[in-house]
Amino acid sequence: MPTQTFPGRYASLEKIASFVRQSAESIEMSHAEVFAVETAVDEAVSNIIEHAYQGEDKGDITCTCTTTPDTLTVILEDFGTPFDPKQVPLPDLYSPLEQRQEHGLGFFMMQKWMDEVHFEFCRDCNRLVMVKHKEKKD
Amino acid sequence: METNSKQYKHCDLVNVSGRVDSSTAPKLAEELNKITGSGRFKIVIDLQGVEFLSSAGLRVLISTQKNCKRYNRGEVVLAAVPANILAVFELAGFTSIFKICDDALTAVGTF
Repeated sequence: MPTQTFPGRYASLEKIASFVRQSAESIEMSHAEVFAVETAVDEAVSNIIEHAYQGEDKGDITCTCTTTPDTLTVILEDFGTPFDPKQVPLPDLYSPLEQRQEHGLGFFMMQKWMDEVHFEFCRDCNRLVMVKHKEKKD
Repeated sequence: METNSKQYKHCDLVNVSGRVDSSTAPKLAEELNKITGSGRFKIVIDLQGVEFLSSAGLRVLISTQKNCKRYNRGEVVLAAVPANILAVFELAGFTSIFKICDDALTAVGTF
């Protein structure tokens, strides 16, 4: 079960993406599935830095990836202020340009591109669990 | 992420490549703000070389489009969008607020 800890800064995004990509590719997820997972993880980590830590270099982010032959589970833990993205209103994707909100897309993409997204707020840490199943090939 | 810009007679062309995420999106914003800051609001963004684009990148594109379209003074047109990135645009409802062309030449020709 590979686990790695990264400093909570935006420069870690690419390294975390690469760490998660290795696990996704180890179970031969499709290019589109790997991209979807990478996007969801990127949004989640950006949210942790922006909202839980409220800035860069305020704490670490631990990333754990577990796999079965057809499922990838990514667990992200941080030690900042609990932040529940479910409180963020979902973006209106059909409104005219002038009314478009520039925020809220990140959590929306996490939900759309992962099969399961759970938040657990513990005493010591905040834990986000995201699961992606491989598409079944007929 | 790498960007480079070229000023044409009727518009500016910005080529973007690599990863556009929270770490690099400010650099893209800076590049685009340089153009709009000098009073040019017709911009083609060629995304051919983009491998990854997060919501931080989407925010830069929306805010630039809002700025360019204000007072009907211009527009951002997107070109050569890779399939994965197009899926992001479709998910985010971008296809109704951006013109998307197959290549940069066609996009430049829309101005």
